[in-house]
Amino acid sequence: MVSGIPFTYFLVVSTLMFFIGIYGFLTRRNLITLLMSIELILNSVNINFVVFNRYLYPDKLEGQFFAMFIVAIAAAEASVAIALIINIYRRFTSIEVEDVDEMKH
Amino acid sequence: MGNNAFMFYLFSTTILVFSVLAVTSRRILRAAVFLLFALVATSGFYFMLNYQFLAGIQLSLYAGGIVVLIIFSILLTHHISHKFDRPPLMNLVLGILVAVVGAAMSIYTFMKFPFKASAAVPVEVDMRVIGLQLMETGTNGFALPFEVISILLLAAMIAAIVIAKKAK
Repeated sequence: MVSGIPFTYFLVVSTLMFFIGIYGFLTRRNLITLLMSIELILNSVNINFVVFNRYLYPDKLEGQFFAMFIVAIAAAEASVAIALIINIYRRFTSIEVEDVDEMKH
Repeated sequence: MGNNAFMFYLFSTTILVFSVLAVTSRRILRAAVFLLFALVATSGFYFMLNYQFLAGIQLSLYAGGIVVLIIFSILLTHHISHKFDRPPLMNLVLGILVAVVGAAMSIYTFMKFPFKASAAVPVEVDMRVIGLQLMETGTNGFALPFEVISILLLAAMIAAIVIAKKAK
């Protein structure tokens, strides 16, 4: 635990980061920027896991392992999503969500 | 103000400012770079909390891997000079409303909840402990999720190649 900094300060930062990601997800109109908002959301959840681990259960490591697995899943998700985005760009020559409204040609 | 507090405020300001810029910037490449700064500042949090290994993962995988992947895909699909339109006013207002109300509700809730900080002796997080726990099959072991994650990564990689390659 970090001396001089209460537990809830970290939670405030991660909550704000989470809802900034939500805001971006709701207002952005481009697939890549949507993906970036999702990365922000996942990252804020990671902060929460790690901080709960350090402050409430410092004798265990569950939070750290969960954060590691989340990072791995985020990497897998980003790679598949970007492959899909590139494929969509080839078909529609645009990755704005408004232009991509057909499921099949 | 102590060292810890100074670093905490530095990192949290960086995280918040660059997160906001990453979701509001109208140039997509800049947004990606702002996202990179937010992720690097997050790894600073992990260093503060003494999880050096996790901070290393955060730097190499998130900041080094995912952001580079995003930047590559931006370069493949966009003109650098392209600027987004502003989001419609209705979307903007609704988005801000959802974010503010959600954040206020969550913060109010966890401020009221009596968390009990544990006084247990912190476990020393070195590579030996992490490696042993990752391969352990009994209690406190993470062998199964570790294997599942590796299969998932393999499947995701193959899927990405299959999806992104040009159709003949």
